Amino acid sequence: MAKTLLQFTKKGIYCPQAKVYIDPWKSVKKAIITHAHADHSRKGMEQYLAHHYSIPIMKARLGNNINIQGLAYGEVININGVNFSLHPAGHVVGSAQVRVEYKGEIWVVSGDYKTEYDGLSTAFEAIKCHTFITECTFGLPIFQWQPQNEIISNIEQWWRKNQEDKVCSVISAYSLGKAQRLLHNLPDIGSIYVHNAVSQMNKAIEVNGIQLTNTYQVINGDLSKSDFQKALIITPNGGLGNNLQKQIGKFVTASCSGWMQLRGARRRQNLDKGFVLSDHADWTGLNDAITLTGAENVICTHGYSETFSSWLREKGLNASTEHTLFQGEEGDTV
Amino acid sequence: MKAFTTLVTNIDSSTKTTVKVQSLVNYFQEASDEDKLWTIALFTHRRPKRPVKTSLLREWASELANIPLWLFEESYHIVGDLAETIALLVPQSAHEPPIGLSKWIGRVIALRDQSEEDKKAAIQKYWKGMNQMERFVFNKILTGGFRIGVSQKLLTKALAIYLEQDEAVVAHRLMGNWLPNQTTFNQLLIEKDEHDMDAKPYPFYLTYALDKDLNDIGEPKDWIAERKWDGIRAQVIVRNKEIYIWSRGEELVTDKYPELHLLTERIDNCVLDGELMAYKDDQPLSFHHLQTRIGRKTVSKKLLSDVPVILMAYDILEYNGKDIRSTPIKERRALLENLVIEANYTSLKLSELVDFKNWKDLELEKDKSRALHCEGLMLKKKDSLYQVGRVKGDWWKWKVEPYTIDAVLTYAMRGHGRRANLYTDYTFGLWENGVLVTFTKAYSGLTDKEILEIDRFVKQNSIQKFGPVRSVKPEIVFELAFEGIAISKRHKSGVAVRFPRIKRIRYDKKIEEANTLDELKALIE
Repeated sequence: MAKTLLQFTKKGIYCPQAKVYIDPWKSVKKAIITHAHADHSRKGMEQYLAHHYSIPIMKARLGNNINIQGLAYGEVININGVNFSLHPAGHVVGSAQVRVEYKGEIWVVSGDYKTEYDGLSTAFEAIKCHTFITECTFGLPIFQWQPQNEIISNIEQWWRKNQEDKVCSVISAYSLGKAQRLLHNLPDIGSIYVHNAVSQMNKAIEVNGIQLTNTYQVINGDLSKSDFQKALIITPNGGLGNNLQKQIGKFVTASCSGWMQLRGARRRQNLDKGFVLSDHADWTGLNDAITLTGAENVICTHGYSETFSSWLREKGLNASTEHTLFQGEEGDTV
Repeated sequence: MKAFTTLVTNIDSSTKTTVKVQSLVNYFQEASDEDKLWTIALFTHRRPKRPVKTSLLREWASELANIPLWLFEESYHIVGDLAETIALLVPQSAHEPPIGLSKWIGRVIALRDQSEEDKKAAIQKYWKGMNQMERFVFNKILTGGFRIGVSQKLLTKALAIYLEQDEAVVAHRLMGNWLPNQTTFNQLLIEKDEHDMDAKPYPFYLTYALDKDLNDIGEPKDWIAERKWDGIRAQVIVRNKEIYIWSRGEELVTDKYPELHLLTERIDNCVLDGELMAYKDDQPLSFHHLQTRIGRKTVSKKLLSDVPVILMAYDILEYNGKDIRSTPIKERRALLENLVIEANYTSLKLSELVDFKNWKDLELEKDKSRALHCEGLMLKKKDSLYQVGRVKGDWWKWKVEPYTIDAVLTYAMRGHGRRANLYTDYTFGLWENGVLVTFTKAYSGLTDKEILEIDRFVKQNSIQKFGPVRSVKPEIVFELAFEGIAISKRHKSGVAVRFPRIKRIRYDKKIEEANTLDELKALIE
């Protein structure tokens, strides 16, 4: 096989010229990390390189003693003749696409991304390149998101209705990403309580000087049923423990995920509501992003990669698929 | 159709019966009589005929979504529902003026006589003018199969609350061959009839499986035993020369069993408890035969003569118009025996008592069950009354153990509905000459957690994809249970098993330890 700028190896996406891995899933010397979610940012690397905003989050998750260097968006670092730079991916705070340039050839690794601005994560920027390695978690035309403000207003209506019914609203959202999106974008119509895991991520984000609009409290044992009656609780996927259920009294549950687009997935979860809110690009987002990169070669990784690359080939691109250990959107897999 | 769409959305997003019933009641309070009537019609499978082939709908939807047909099919495999796939793929680009459900149905009916071109233009225009949920509901009306978790029973309950009528009366009125375009809501449900209450059934007395040693339930002399017939439990009511047949699910199924209808000429004002069974040439047919009758709304002459159904009666709850449930079963049976003899009606048989002197005799009788197409025995205390619901102690069912076999998972298919996009429908193979030969499918028996485990396994160990089906690496052994086994020319393996289900996953077994096809065939008696 001819030596390509980036290769898919057993340990992860590898740049042989610079001896650097991107989001590797096995221990390596030097790893560039697109963002702090567990399937992209794993423990055991000798050296990490990530966006400044990701550092406190990664330290909170991987330990304070990791050896990590921060980069700003657009800042270029040269390793053995290869230029690496990070560019906003719009997925979560600190998420980045990795641009790799060597002797005029440009590759971009998308990590996870979404094209709609969520008000908090730095907005996605399409980067011109020859080869684009893209996620395609929602790479089917059935996945089309409504604008964020419409979904947020649906969540608000649900919360208001529950307030009228005097029941607590419990919404499950991933602790890094959607939890903050909700905290930042929901109107201030009642108390918001968060699970400790969410609070830890909030702190790791706020350290960077990013302000979440809504105030929130961490759930603790001193709170009583009356505190929760009109409140919203944000909890990581997996829901509430038994003790907490007793503590908060009457409640209804909802979940935020791109999978909620499908009736089967909604019904399987036994929820009161499923809101279609995702930190991944929808079908339109993926197609637009790929067009904007101007890439001739597209490598599809996690998601509906086979179907999506067939579609891209039909549109005249040189598209292929590669197997990775990235997982896409949490909560459900297809 | 906005109100109807809201109704479907509310029902669809809840798993609680109370919420569903309340949503229906609220809807009935607001809807026009025509819309109410059509709503009832749709939920009782009286939908208008499908005006267009689904293959055309697929093409027209792909065109509007601007995607190739193969991508539509891929999407459909993930969604698991055609109406929903189209709803998700077609973008809204206009607004249809709001009209009621019955008017929409009128449009659907009108489509039938149009040319293909006109159908296409109309349907594409409707699609474009609706939001996603409306489009979903419209497609459901168009393609049929309106299964959204509203059983006839649930609908009956909601109507009974809304109309302040007895549930049995409503259930009876929803029966029969009424058609929504030939009646009105008023005629169907409101106009009074003096015999309205005649249809009302008694609650069934249900039993638990025997969970102790026979010696611990008492003396053999205090008990009677009957065969546990392998049919469906039913209550047959004859009052004022009308017959009403209720299934155990408390659904009125009178129309499905015309063989029993002339019973009204032989008996009157009594209520029988028994088993509906396929029965021919003086012996029971297997349950497999009865299944061909259960699902049918109307029964063809051929089916009637191929698979005649009888009532195997084992109890009588009302005699000469009098409720006799608190008379001991010994006496009730005496009345029943007389009644069956006097009726002298081909499709009414008496479930004979099984003779035994001691528990040992009874064990031997139980061993005959399979040969007699029975599920086991029923034990009833001689002085027992006819109780309400599931009660322990006076009646026991004593079932034969199911057959079990260890088989290897070979194919998996995506489920539908609640299980859409999960691999939940499994195919199993048994060994023959070193090859795994498919012998059955099984769907039930796993916990939600196990389903996710197997789903993950399937996705990571697929060999080939054929649409929604994947062949998987033979690696996991399942212990399957089933009720019966018969030779079958239609099956590749040469055998058909009845009610196969998963007993457990045998992670402890290697695939080489699974059973062989010959071992399965050896079970045929």
